[in-house]
Amino acid sequence: MSQLIIDTGNHIAGYACKAAKADVIAAYPITPQSSVVEQIADFVEKGKMDAKYIRVESEHSAMAACIGAAAAGARTFTATSAHGLALMHEMLHWASAARLPIVMAVVNRAMGPGWNIWADFSDSLSQRDTGWIQFYCADNQEIFDTIIQAYRLCEDKRVRMPTMVCHEGLILSHTSMPVEIPDQKDIDEFLPPYDPPWILDVDKPVTHGSLIYPEWYMEFRYFMDEAMKNAKKLIPEIDKEYGRKFGREYRGYIERYRCDDADLVLLSMGTIGSEAKIAVDRLRRHGFKVGAARVRVFRPFPKEEIQNLAEGARMLTVIDRHISYGMEGPLFIEVKASLYGKEDGPLMTGLIAGLGGRDVTYLDIEKIAQKSLKHLEAGKVTKEVEWVGLRR
Amino acid sequence: MIKLKELPKEEYFLPGNASCAGCGLSIALRLAYKALGPRTVFVIPACCASVIHSPFPNTAFASPCLNIAFEAAAAAASGVVAAYEKRGVKDVTVLAWAGDGGTADIGIQALSGAVERGTNFIYVCYDNESYMNTGIQRSGSTPYGAWTTTTPTGKKQHKKNVPLIMAAHDIPYVATACVSYPRDLISKLRKAKEITGPKYIQILIPCPPGWRFPTEKTIEMGRLAVQTGMWPLFEVESGKLKLNGPSARLVDKSKRKPIEQYLKSQGRFRRLTKEDIEVLQTWVDSSWEHYERLI
Repeated sequence: MSQLIIDTGNHIAGYACKAAKADVIAAYPITPQSSVVEQIADFVEKGKMDAKYIRVESEHSAMAACIGAAAAGARTFTATSAHGLALMHEMLHWASAARLPIVMAVVNRAMGPGWNIWADFSDSLSQRDTGWIQFYCADNQEIFDTIIQAYRLCEDKRVRMPTMVCHEGLILSHTSMPVEIPDQKDIDEFLPPYDPPWILDVDKPVTHGSLIYPEWYMEFRYFMDEAMKNAKKLIPEIDKEYGRKFGREYRGYIERYRCDDADLVLLSMGTIGSEAKIAVDRLRRHGFKVGAARVRVFRPFPKEEIQNLAEGARMLTVIDRHISYGMEGPLFIEVKASLYGKEDGPLMTGLIAGLGGRDVTYLDIEKIAQKSLKHLEAGKVTKEVEWVGLRR
Repeated sequence: MIKLKELPKEEYFLPGNASCAGCGLSIALRLAYKALGPRTVFVIPACCASVIHSPFPNTAFASPCLNIAFEAAAAAASGVVAAYEKRGVKDVTVLAWAGDGGTADIGIQALSGAVERGTNFIYVCYDNESYMNTGIQRSGSTPYGAWTTTTPTGKKQHKKNVPLIMAAHDIPYVATACVSYPRDLISKLRKAKEITGPKYIQILIPCPPGWRFPTEKTIEMGRLAVQTGMWPLFEVESGKLKLNGPSARLVDKSKRKPIEQYLKSQGRFRRLTKEDIEVLQTWVDSSWEHYERLI
């Protein structure tokens, strides 16, 4: 029997780790991630979860321990935020290049200094090129469902790339919402036990992570890119299968809300995407043809899906919760790159909003949309990138 | 103590590895492997060993090995141990095998964490007293006065005593060894294998290119290190230190050879002045006084 519980995003990530039957958890506390690892510690110590829990002395060691455990045949889980993720950076590359399907909850938090424990995507988007699959969630149910899907995806022999499932600190991490936890038997059917093609086994010895000279290095990197392409194909398939089994699917890469006849589409990730739906409803009541699209997966990037979205729209307004200093918001950069060379493409503008946890309300999004609608009417944007609500 | 002829005839560290002529590390690896047997899983961070054992697609190891980043050997080994415990894999020795840079410097945090958590593994630091793999740069384990490429006029600080730092963690077994005393080395590894919990063994590994001595003198250098008291052989169990082998007779200062004999045979100490040698001799003597208090 499935069970309906009301709990925070962080606790729900812990429930997902338990439901996925992770064998080894290695984790280090950091605000706002801490209650994920506290929840798992509670499960393990009360015997509700049969796992080894390594209370490491740093995030770098958390990822190193997950790598060791995954290489030795265990399903692994960890969670972190901001500086913890930055400290892991070296080992993120190691995990993906070692082709180990580690799943990690990233509770998004801004990078310091100045110290800031609130949400933005500066932590996870800075890890773009580490070879990790990246999901971004907009509510607690999605956190649970995505973690289960993530294991199924990244343990697939065609993929074998690690996966981070991101949710915004405090906004989701500490907000309680109703979440349906499916029956364990059904989860076990959807997610069979970890079955790696190789492990550290004294009866079948392999040396892993050897020195590679230039004549072979590139091939291994090519295989990683191929694995990401395989993940690109599998993400919607796995999501559909999950939907058939549990009644919830996320339509793969992009959650589209009233986009079909929209002139203006507001593109974003995470909870800004949820908030945008309210803004869309309000604008629609006034007759404006506005839709919202929430990008759920940043790597592999849904290039074709963005192209498809752009075909129907006259303008794309991209809201980023991070800035790549000296350029633009990372989502805006990718959206523009996806549409390169397309004739009669939509007008585009990029907005930087909500850094360091600054609230982005539906009213803010409504204002953003109204400004974009003016640009659309004029047929041009006055400024390609703008910071929202900046105090000067 | 084990007799050498009782060791397995099988070779587990295979010929064709890429070590330098006279490499003390390759001798230690061969002996350690014979001591522990092929049901050993290696975890190796960046170090000489990571380069010499398995340039792709070859490997000189007869059992599994996980290569890992420089500072991460003890943490990755923690993960391997946890996975085996969860999966019920028994009769396998998890052995982290790191250099002195990866142990005394960049890896000390992960090592301290892993032993504090009581991880059931053996951590070997093979100590060639510098970052040899990157081209002879100073480490925390480099002795006072030694030339390295980053201490061209000689190191100004003394060697960090990692075995005693490990002993301060109150772990079941800490030992020092030297590649020149194979029976002592093998006995310590075999003993460590039988103990549950964290075990730390630091093996002094003379390095011809790094220490600047002829390649045929590797064993002789290790012997001199021990005989002069520069490198004492001991074990620490339950807070008690026990000197072993030739070191057992060296508590009496007069039994120790003067360190000049050791220093003069290596190019890395060529620039040492009389005063420098006195500084180093005083350090050696006071270290021994400290060891004496721990017996």
